[in-house]
Amino acid sequence: MISLWIRISAGAAMLLPSFAWAAGGGGGMPQLEFGNPLVIAQVVWMLLIFAALYWLVKNKGLPLVESVLEARRARIQGDLEAARSAKANADAAMAAHRDATAKARAEAQASIAGALQNAQAEAEKRAEVLNAKLAEQVTAAEARIDVARGAAMGALRDVATDTAEALVQKLIGAADRGAVGAAVGREMAARGRA
Amino acid sequence: MAAEGKAIDALSQFELSPVLGMVGQAVGFSQANLFMVIAVLLTMGLLVYGMRQRAIVPGRLQSLAETSYEFVHELVTGQVGDEGKRFFPFVFALFMFVLFGNLLGMLPYAFTFTSHIAVTFALAVIVFVLITVVAISIHGMHFFSYFFPEGAPKILAPLIIPIEVISYFSRPVSLSVRLFANMVAGHVMLKVFATFVVLMGSAGAVGIFGAVAPLAVNVALVGFEFLVAFLQAYVFAILTSIYLHDAVHLH
Repeated sequence: MISLWIRISAGAAMLLPSFAWAAGGGGGMPQLEFGNPLVIAQVVWMLLIFAALYWLVKNKGLPLVESVLEARRARIQGDLEAARSAKANADAAMAAHRDATAKARAEAQASIAGALQNAQAEAEKRAEVLNAKLAEQVTAAEARIDVARGAAMGALRDVATDTAEALVQKLIGAADRGAVGAAVGREMAARGRA
Repeated sequence: MAAEGKAIDALSQFELSPVLGMVGQAVGFSQANLFMVIAVLLTMGLLVYGMRQRAIVPGRLQSLAETSYEFVHELVTGQVGDEGKRFFPFVFALFMFVLFGNLLGMLPYAFTFTSHIAVTFALAVIVFVLITVVAISIHGMHFFSYFFPEGAPKILAPLIIPIEVISYFSRPVSLSVRLFANMVAGHVMLKVFATFVVLMGSAGAVGIFGAVAPLAVNVALVGFEFLVAFLQAYVFAILTSIYLHDAVHLH
């Protein structure tokens, strides 16, 4: 579109002046009147004016803009660096915090494990003591039971002998306590109760 | 060549006349030169006044100054590369000079100095001399290899070399005629359609309605001319950069 316009306007430049010239009735383009001293004079003045513009732009204008742009770049760079170092600090703090947390957790776990172990050892010790005590009591009780059983068995023999003697007395009118006792002893031995 | 009655006079707007009274007449200082001085003052005003606050966050005028700086800087370094930085002030001055010359011409009663072929050709010659001097100072005699591209068949040398030489020497012509023709065409068309408006408007009640059409055309043309004013300054600057690229790198 741009190059098209350039061509169109260039074409119009060729056509329109001739049309305008015809309508205006005489005279050409003032730009082509090189006999006019002003046409050349304006170029001489232009060289001076353009040289002045070049000098001013090069030594005053552009360094001014450049310095402001440079200051902005430096400012942005500085801010970015500050932000970067702040981020590094934050990262370091974060890492330290994470380490501390991990350490604390490990310590807590270790102390929990230690306490658990201590408790277990204590419980085991107590259980052992208790077991020993119970075993002792069991042994004592068993001894007592044996004694009681012995006593009970002795009493049983007496009861059996008495009963047998009474029965024999009833049956045959007389009983030899010694013989009855021996027979009861034999019978009980036969049944494995002696 | 003043307006003769109701004739369409589209060309008298390009006539030069001395300003500053007797002094201007004596030294040949015309209104074209006055507008060149105004263009210089506006350029420097934009840079110095626009940047006066040196703000980190720029205001409107400072933005404009910085944008023009960065626009031309991009243009030069984009075309020429890093070696182009030393030509940046020149291209910047050229761009602003042509741009303000074109834009000032859009003001009523103002003079468009870029509508004079002598002015645009002188600017193009400055560019032409610069690129030739730069090319020879960088490449020495090797510069002349520019007119015969490497790898081209030797048998075509009688054909290629004249074409390249003609194309090289037509650079200032095309550069200057493009700007000149665009500005003249635009201003002639504006003047012609404006004259239509006046001629038809003076032809009675019907004519006033008829004058609406050329007026509408002129409104559109003004917008278009602002585009052309910027575009031609840009074209002038970018072609200068492209020529500088050729001078620095030889193809």
